[in-house]
Amino acid sequence: MANPNQSLRAKKQFHLEEEHHPEGSTNLGFWLYLMSDCLIFAALFATYAVLGRNYAAGPAPADLFDLKLIAVATTILLVSSITYGVAMIRAESNAKGGTLFWLGITGLLGIAFLGLEAYEFYHLIAEGAGPQRSAFLSSFFALVGTHGLHVTFGVIWLVVLMVQVSKFGLTPENHRRLMCLSMFWHFLDLIWIGVFSVVYLMGVVA
Amino acid sequence: MLENLQLAQLVFGRLTWDAIPYDPIIRSTFVAVVIGGLAIVGLITRYKLWGYLWRDWLTSVDHKKIGIMYIILALVMLLRGFADAIMMRIQQAIAFNGNEGYLNADHYDQIFTAHGVIMIFFVAMPFITGFMNYIVPLQIGARDVSFPFLNNFSFWMTTAGAVIIMLSLFVGEFARTGWLAYPPLSGADYSPGVGVDYYIWGLQVAGVGTTLSGINLVATIVKMRAPGMGFMKMPVFTWTSLCTNILIVATFPILTATLALLSADRYLDANFFTNDLGGNPMMYVNLIWMWGHPEVYILILPAFGIFSEVASTFSSKRLFGYASMVYATCAIMILSYLVWLHHFFTMGAGASVNAFFGIATMIISIPTGAKMFNWLFTMYRGRIRYEPPMYWLIGFMVTFVIGGMTGVMLAIPPADFVLHNSLFLIAHFHNVIIGGVLFGLMAGVAYWWPKAFGFKLDPFWGKMTFWFWQIGFFFAFMPLYVLGLMGVTRRVSQFDDPSLQIWFIIAAFGAVLIALGIASFIIQMVVSVMRRDQLRCTTGDPWGGRTLEWATSSPPPEYNFAFTPVVHEMDAWYDMKESAYERPASGYKAIHMPRNTGTGVILSGISIALAFALIWYIWWLAIVSFAAILVVSIAHTFNYNRDFYIPAETVAEVEDARTKLLAQRT
Repeated sequence: MANPNQSLRAKKQFHLEEEHHPEGSTNLGFWLYLMSDCLIFAALFATYAVLGRNYAAGPAPADLFDLKLIAVATTILLVSSITYGVAMIRAESNAKGGTLFWLGITGLLGIAFLGLEAYEFYHLIAEGAGPQRSAFLSSFFALVGTHGLHVTFGVIWLVVLMVQVSKFGLTPENHRRLMCLSMFWHFLDLIWIGVFSVVYLMGVVA
Repeated sequence: MLENLQLAQLVFGRLTWDAIPYDPIIRSTFVAVVIGGLAIVGLITRYKLWGYLWRDWLTSVDHKKIGIMYIILALVMLLRGFADAIMMRIQQAIAFNGNEGYLNADHYDQIFTAHGVIMIFFVAMPFITGFMNYIVPLQIGARDVSFPFLNNFSFWMTTAGAVIIMLSLFVGEFARTGWLAYPPLSGADYSPGVGVDYYIWGLQVAGVGTTLSGINLVATIVKMRAPGMGFMKMPVFTWTSLCTNILIVATFPILTATLALLSADRYLDANFFTNDLGGNPMMYVNLIWMWGHPEVYILILPAFGIFSEVASTFSSKRLFGYASMVYATCAIMILSYLVWLHHFFTMGAGASVNAFFGIATMIISIPTGAKMFNWLFTMYRGRIRYEPPMYWLIGFMVTFVIGGMTGVMLAIPPADFVLHNSLFLIAHFHNVIIGGVLFGLMAGVAYWWPKAFGFKLDPFWGKMTFWFWQIGFFFAFMPLYVLGLMGVTRRVSQFDDPSLQIWFIIAAFGAVLIALGIASFIIQMVVSVMRRDQLRCTTGDPWGGRTLEWATSSPPPEYNFAFTPVVHEMDAWYDMKESAYERPASGYKAIHMPRNTGTGVILSGISIALAFALIWYIWWLAIVSFAAILVVSIAHTFNYNRDFYIPAETVAEVEDARTKLLAQRT
C-alpha cells in the first residue's frame, strides 16, 4: 500500500453487494430467432427469384393463380394480426376473458387461412401442377408451404397458450409468451406480404 | 409371400439385413465399438454412476458442464475423423502401379465424405462451442447463459446429429458425394441409397442445436455482461465469440433451407437442383457456400480470440492494439459474407464477377494480417513465459501465415483455374484449419484446463503433443502442395504415375506423426489426472491471468461468482489485482439459479428416431416420433417451476472453504 496511486484506486468498487438482475434476454433472443427464420425465408425467396420462371413447358403463374382467393386469404391473415393486437391490449389490462376471446378469434382466422391454402394446393396438385412439375412449382410450393407450416405451428402454439392462460392466468411468464407469439404472428404476416407481392401479384402481372 | 414383403416394408421401410455392411474393416470396427461400449456401460453400472451422470451431467443446465460435454463430444469425434484421415493416407500411399490398395472406391468415397463432415460439424464446431459455453459467461461475469435449458437442448441436438452420422457406419452407408454433397450427384438419380439421407438428417438435427446455441450466446453477450463492462471493455475472446455467433445466426438458416430443398428433391421428386424440368444445380452450390464460407470464419474467429488471450497472458502485457483487434474481427465477420463465390471460380460466372470475389477475398488478408502484427507486438518487450499454450501460439503464427498466403494464391482467379480441385487446395485448407483452428483449440485446452479442473496439464506431454502435431502437420501437408502444383486432383483413390508415390508416402508418415500427437494428448490428460496433486493450482489464477474467468476459483462454483463483479477497465481481473482488491468474506446472499431438466436428452433421443425413420422410409415411426417431439415440447412448457435458490449458507460454506485455501498458500 506504499504506492499512493494504488490506495486511491483501491476505492473503486469491484463487486455488487446486492444480487445482480440483468434485464431479461427473452425479447432479444426471440428477435434473433425471428431473424434467423427470416433468413430461411430469404433463401427460399432467392430460390424462387432464380427458379421462378423455369416453367419447363408447364403452367405459369397466370394460368394457375386465382387472385380473388388469394385476396381473401391475405385479408384473413392481415385481420388476424389486428385481432392478435387486440388480444395483447386486453392482456395489458389484465382481462383474462377478453384475451382468450381475441386469441380464439385469431386462431380461427389462422385456421381459415390454412384452409384456403390447403384448398389452393389441392387444386394445383389435382390439375397436375404439383411440386414435381417444374422448378417454378417446386420453389412455389417450398416458399408458400414453409409459410403455411409456420402458420400451422403458430396455431398449435396459440392453442397451447390459450390453455395455459386459462389455467394459470396472465402471469408474467404467460405474458412473456404471449409477447413472443405476438412477434411470431406479425412476422408471419410480414412474410406473407412479401409472398403475396412477389409470388402472386408479380407472377400474374408478368 | 407378397403380403409378407409388404408388411416388412411397412414396418421396416427400406431397412433390411443387407444394410449391415459386409466389409471386414467395418465389421471389426463394429465389434470393437460394441465391446468398448459394453465395457463403459459395465463400468458405469459397476460403480453405480448412472444416477450421478443423469443428475449432474446429462440433465445439467450449467454452462460449464455443457461446455465440457461439448468438448468431450468433439474429442471422441476427433478420433473417428482422424481414423478416416489415416485410412485415406495409407490407401493413397500404397495404391500405385495397379495395386488397388485396401479400400475399394465405394468405401474410399464414403471415408473422405465422412472425414470432412465429421471434422467440421462434429469436431471443430462442438469444440469451439464448448469453449464459448464454458468461458464466455465467466469472462463477462455472468451466472450462466441467457437461456440455460436451450443450451442443454442445443448440446443434445448436436450430439444427436453425431449419433446419426455414426449410425451410418454400421447400418447402411454414408454419402459418397464429398462433404458438401453437390447435386446432381447427391440427387435421387445418382445417389439413390441412404448415404445422402444420413448426411442430410445428421446435419439438420445438429443444425438446430448450432443455430439455437448461436442465438443463446449472442443474447448472453449482449444482455448479461457485468455492470461496467461496455462493449469495448469485453475480453477479446468474448468479442470473437460474439462475431462468431452472429455469423452462426446469420448463416446456419441458409444451410437448413438448402438441405431442406435437397431433401425435397430426394423425397418429393421436386426439381430444385436436378438437371431437368428447370432445376439448377448451381443454385445449390451458391447457397451452400453462402453458408460454407462464413462457416470457416465461424471456426477461426474464436481461435483468434484464444490466441489473443494467450498472447497477452503469457507476455504479461495487455494486448497490443485491442481496438484494432476488435475492428479487424468485425471486418472479417462482414467480409466473410462477401466471398463465397471464390469456391467456384471455374464454374463460369464470368471475368467481372470472378474479379469482384477475388479482390474481396484478398482484402480479408488485411485485417487478418493486422491481427498477426498485434500478436507479435504483444510479445515484443513482453515478459514471455514459454508454457505450452505459448508453443501453440508461435506454431500457429508460423503455420497459419503459410496457409494464408496460399489462400491469397487461390484467390487469384487465373491461378485458381489451375489449382482448383487439386491437392493444393486440400493442403491450403488443412493448413488454415489445423494450423489455425486446431492449434487454437489446443492452446485453449492447455490454457483453460486448470480453470475447469483445478490442476494444470502436464507440460512435458503438452510439449510432446505440440511438436508431434507441428512437425506431423508439415510432413503431412507440404507434399500435398507439391502434388497439387503438379496437377493431382483431390478425392482419388488410385494412381498410375509411380513418380508421385514418394510424396504420398511422406504425407502418410506425417499422418503417423499426427497420430503420435493425438496419443501424446491422451497420455497428457491421463498423466495429468494421475499427477493432479503436484499440478494443483489453489488460487484459481495459475497463469497470472487478466480477465474475469481467473477471478473465481478453479473449478468455479456452480454460481460462478458469489458477488457480481463490477468492471472498470478492459483487463478487469488485472485491474482488481493492481488495485489490491480484497475478496469479500461475508454478506452472502441467496443465489437464483435455473433447475436441471431431462427434456433436452429426451427430445434428442426422439430426434434420432425421427431421423432414422426418415432415412429408412419407416413412415409410421416418423409420424410417431414427430408427434412425440410435439408432445414432449408442449409438456415442457407446462413446467413453470424452473428455478431455485442456492441458500446463502451454502454459498458461505463454499466461499469460506476457498478463503481457507487461499490463506494456506500465503
